[in-house]
Amino acid sequence: MIGRALVNVPAKAKRGDIIEIKALISHIMETGYRIGITGQPIPRDIINDFVCTYNGEEVFRAKFYPAIAANPFMSFYTVATESGTVALSWTDQHGETQVQTAAITVE
Amino acid sequence: MIRTAALIVCILVSAGAIAADIPLDQRQPDTAFVSADTRALQSDDTANPGMLTVLDGEALWKEKTGTSNKSCFDCHADAATSMKGVAARYPAFDPAQNKPIDLEQRINLSRVNDQKAPALKFESKELLALAMYVGMQSRGMPVAIEENTQNKPFIEAGRALFEQREGQLALSCAQCHDDNWGKKLAGSPIPQAHPTGYPIYRLEWQEIGSLQRRLRGCMSAVRAEPYDFGSQELVDLELFLMWRSRGMLVETPAVRP
Repeated sequence: MIGRALVNVPAKAKRGDIIEIKALISHIMETGYRIGITGQPIPRDIINDFVCTYNGEEVFRAKFYPAIAANPFMSFYTVATESGTVALSWTDQHGETQVQTAAITVE
Repeated sequence: MIRTAALIVCILVSAGAIAADIPLDQRQPDTAFVSADTRALQSDDTANPGMLTVLDGEALWKEKTGTSNKSCFDCHADAATSMKGVAARYPAFDPAQNKPIDLEQRINLSRVNDQKAPALKFESKELLALAMYVGMQSRGMPVAIEENTQNKPFIEAGRALFEQREGQLALSCAQCHDDNWGKKLAGSPIPQAHPTGYPIYRLEWQEIGSLQRRLRGCMSAVRAEPYDFGSQELVDLELFLMWRSRGMLVETPAVRP
């Protein structure tokens, strides 16, 4: 199950500025390789896809694998082009998607 | 004979000197011993994974529970005001039980006595979240545990545990954290063991955990049988360690390797 997310997008930027976007999400990222205390394998449970769109246009995408630690933290850059919405979405292996948005004002 | 006795005295004196407390002005927070990357993770509230738990704790603070159907907020209102500095005073002496209790135990007392709800399990997500949320309200404040006639016997009991060799490796806490801090153990720097950032997010655990969990981990590592969660021995150790860190700043939620 996907939990809480914390996103950090600058509220204001100048046109053409390179801005950093940071995104943290609560997820166990269970590898599927571990054995539980009863001797049974712990089933894999991970986020597979992470996508960031800026006013609907995809600016960043990542695929997650079992080697990604719990509570994945992403940091990446894009160029501030116009005011609007940055949307971050995480989709887990069960197809559940969580979307978090942030507004940005470009002057 | 006299020479032998003198030699023994000499050894005893030097052994005593080695086991001395770290002078107050030479104390360093555990953050000083972690990598720059880990420090950066802790200092940025939008990168610190402990902040996710703080948000969980904030939600729980306002959630009505138990047969009294009351939330923490109903009695204590805004934690930013009412809980400011509280974690910096824990473990604190509880007159009703005539012994010190830690923050998790205090939260559970309130749940059982006031909210009329079942106590939360040690290391449960909920208890850690509440402890972290309450703990964060003291971030940046100095640890305020002063020795007094009530808590002194328990601080001394904690010190005795800290200095006692234990387990198959026959190591005491003090041998690493008083005598050899700053050196390396299996490639990792040995900190002075100032538990000012608990509950912590530990990268090795990939989750948050309490000071008691950390202490139990150290005990297992020296191949001793760890004390049970909530045992008086662990609370005494917590109290001694926090007293030993008096005046240092609370860092909850800290990030550790």
